[in-house]
Amino acid sequence: MKLTGSQVLLRTLRRENVDVIFGYPGGVVLPIYDELYKEEFRHLLVRHEQGAIHAADGYARASGKVGVCLVTSGPGATNTVTGIANAYMDSIPVVIFTGQVPTGLIGSDAFQEVDITGITRPCTKHNFLVRRIEDLASTIHEAFHIARSGRPGPVLVDLPRDVSQATIEEEDIRDDFNTLNGLEKPQQEDIAKAVEMIRAARKPVIVSGGGVLLGKASEELREFVRRTGFPITSTLMGLGAYPGSDPLWLGMPGMHGTYYANMAITGCDLLVAVGMRFDDRVTSKVDAFAPDAQIIHIDIDPVSIDRIVRSHLSIVSDAKTALGLLNAALAAGGPVPVERTREWMEQIDAWKKRVPLRFSEETDRIKPQQVIRKLYELTKGEALIATEVGQNQMWAAQYYTYDHPHTFISSGGLGTMGFGFPAAVGAQVACPDKTVVDIAGDGSIQMNIQELATAVQYNIPVKIVILNNQYLGMVRQWQQMFYGRRYSHTDMSYAPDFVKIAEAYGATGLRASRPEELEAVLKKGLETPGVVVMDIRVEKEECVYPMVRPGASIADMELGVELPADKAAPTNGGEDPQTRSFN
Amino acid sequence: MKAKENTIALLVRNRPDVLARIAGTFSGGGFNIESITANITKTPETTKIIITTKGSASTMEKLKKQLNRLVDVLSVDDLTGRMASRRELVLFRMKWSDETRPAVMAAVDLYNWKVVCMDDRYCVIEVSGRKDSIDRAIQLLDPLGLEDFSRSGMVALEKFKPE
Ligand SMILES: Cc1ncc(C[n+]2csc(CCOP(=O)(O)OP(=O)(O)O)c2C)c(N)n1
Repeated sequence: MKLTGSQVLLRTLRRENVDVIFGYPGGVVLPIYDELYKEEFRHLLVRHEQGAIHAADGYARASGKVGVCLVTSGPGATNTVTGIANAYMDSIPVVIFTGQVPTGLIGSDAFQEVDITGITRPCTKHNFLVRRIEDLASTIHEAFHIARSGRPGPVLVDLPRDVSQATIEEEDIRDDFNTLNGLEKPQQEDIAKAVEMIRAARKPVIVSGGGVLLGKASEELREFVRRTGFPITSTLMGLGAYPGSDPLWLGMPGMHGTYYANMAITGCDLLVAVGMRFDDRVTSKVDAFAPDAQIIHIDIDPVSIDRIVRSHLSIVSDAKTALGLLNAALAAGGPVPVERTREWMEQIDAWKKRVPLRFSEETDRIKPQQVIRKLYELTKGEALIATEVGQNQMWAAQYYTYDHPHTFISSGGLGTMGFGFPAAVGAQVACPDKTVVDIAGDGSIQMNIQELATAVQYNIPVKIVILNNQYLGMVRQWQQMFYGRRYSHTDMSYAPDFVKIAEAYGATGLRASRPEELEAVLKKGLETPGVVVMDIRVEKEECVYPMVRPGASIADMELGVELPADKAAPTNGGEDPQTRSFN
Repeated sequence: MKAKENTIALLVRNRPDVLARIAGTFSGGGFNIESITANITKTPETTKIIITTKGSASTMEKLKKQLNRLVDVLSVDDLTGRMASRRELVLFRMKWSDETRPAVMAAVDLYNWKVVCMDDRYCVIEVSGRKDSIDRAIQLLDPLGLEDFSRSGMVALEKFKPE
C-alpha cells in the first residue's frame, strides 16, 4: 500500500507514542492538516505559534514525555523561535515540525520561506531538513531519540510540502537510524572517591538542579539525602525533586535564594552538585561561590563540567545512574557519621531561625507573598504550579512548597515572559486530573493572553492567578534599587480589565482588591470549573527579598528587613550580609 | 594563559549543514578559525575536517567538549603536540620580468617546487610543506613579482594511531 508523507508522519508519531500535538496550520502544512482531519489525531489549535511551543514544553515538563508541535513555514516557524530557545536553555525534550516550501523552491525567497534550520541552529539540540520521503520516518525517529536522550533538548524537523505529498510503498519505509554513541558509565573509582569525600565532610551541602528531574532521579536523590543526612538546596529548575517540607530542605540559593541556603553554600566544605550547571543567577560572583568547598559535580553534559566552577571530582553521568551508584556504595559502607556534621547542622538551624523567609504583612493591602501562601494552603501543596517571569516567579518559588517532582514549571534559563500560561495549558493536558495554576504578572500574562481561547475551546481548566501590581514589577524593583527609583517605562497601569477579558473569552473572571477578599476569591477560583482568571490587586511596590546584587557574593544579601541581634553569627560563613531596607 | 596554535581533527557525518554547525560552534563560543580543510574519507558517509585555531589549553578543552556535543560529530581529536604530519599546499602566481625570472627559477630548483603552468607573462608555482616553510616561501617570492596566491589550509595526519 502506498502512503503519503503526511501519513508516514502520523504513523511515525503513533509509533513514538505521541498523543497530542499543539499546532497551527498554514499553506505548506495543509497536506498534513488534511490527514489530521481524516485521522482524528488529538490536535489542539493554539492562537499563536509561541503558544504551541510553550504548551508542548509545559506538556513535556509535566509528563516527562516528549512534547510535539506543528506549525507552518515562514512566520509560523519564526513565531516558535522564542519557545525553542526557551526549551533549549532548560533542556526540555520537544520536537517541532515546521512546514517548508517545496524542495524545488528552497533558496528562492518563495512565499513564506525562511531558512528555519539556519535560524534555529544555535538554539536547537539538532535540526533536520527532510529532502526525500525515503528519509522521513527514520529522521522523525532520530529526532525523538535525540530530543530525549543524553541531555534532552528541542529538535526541529523541517518538512517541505512536496515531501509530505510524495508517496512511498509501505514496505519501503525505513524506521531505523544510526544510534548515537551511548553515555559512558561512571567510573567505579570516581564513585569510591566521592563516597570518601562525603564521609570526610564536616560542612556539606547538596545543590540539585533540573537534571535530577529530567533524569527522573528524585527517588534516588531522596535516598541520597536519607543516607547522608546532608542539607539540600535546589536551583529554580530543580524545585520539587526533593520535598520542600522536609527539615533538611534549605530552599533555593542564588540571587533570590534564602539566607540559609546562600550562607550554607558560602560556608560549606563539600558541595555536591547534581544535574545543575552553575548558572549565574545561582552563583553570582563565582570566586565567592562555595569558596572553601571541595566540589563534586555530577552532570550528564561534559560541557557543563568545569565551565564556570572548577570541580574537584566530576562524574559525567545522568543523575539517576550516578546517585544510584553512590547510594549503593554508601549502603555498603555503613551509615555516614552524623557526629562530624552536628555542629554544621546546628549552624544551619541557627541561620534558618535568624533569617527565615519573611515579609511584612499588612492589613490594608494584599501582599503578593501572602497570595502564594494562601494558594499553598488552599491547594494543600498538591497543585501543579506554572509561573510567568519576574517577581511572580520568584515568589512562587519561595512561598509555595513543592513536595513532588514535576510540579513546578517555570522558564529558568531564558526567563521568557509569556511562557507560563501556555505551558500551564500543556501541563494540564498532560495531567488532566491535577489542579494547574499559572502564577502570573500583569505584564507577562498579556504576552500570550490569546491562549485563553485555546484553553476555553478545549476545556483545559487552567487557573490563572495574576499578581497585579500594575508594574513590570521585577524591572521596577531594579529601577528602585539601582536607578534611583526612576521607573522608566515600567508602568503597566494602563491595562485591560482582566475580569472582562476572561469573560470575553468565555472564561470566569474574579477579582480581589483587599486582604479580606483574598481567601474567598482564591477558593472560589479554584473551585469554579473551567478556565478562571483571578485578578489579585497586590501591593504595587513590593520587592523580592532576599536579593543578591548582580556581581556580588551570594553571602552578601539584601534582606529588606533589619537583621535581629546576632546571637548566632556565622562561624565560618564569610561576611555577614549587608542589610538595607527599601520600603 | 598563552594562546597557541592548535590542530583539531574532526570526524563528522557527511550531512548537509555539518560545516555550518561546526562554524556556528566556533562563532557562538567566540573562537576564531585560522584554517579549515574538509574532505571525504575512506568511508563516503564520513568527512574529515582539520581546523587550526588559537587558544589556551583551557579554552581548547571547552571548545572540544562543545564540538563533541554536536550530533553529527563522531570524534574530536586534538593533534596539538602529537606526532603528526602537517602540510599545506599553496599555488603562487608570479608576474614575469626579465630581472626576476632567473631568481624565481633558481628558487624553484633549489627547493624542489613545481611549476604548474607558465607562459611569457606569468607562471604558477605549487609549493607544499609545513606552515613556516610556506610563510618563508611567501617572503622569498614577494619581491620577485608575487601577484596572488591560494593556500589550502592545513591538513594533518597522525603518524601512528596510539593504542
Ligand atoms: C519576553 C521578555 N521580555 C522582557 C523581559 C524582561 N523582564 C523580566 S521580568 C520583567 C517584568 C515582568 O513583569 P510582570 O509580568 O508584570 O511580573 P512581576 O515582576 O510584576 O511579577 C521583564 C519586563 C523578559 N524576561 N521576557
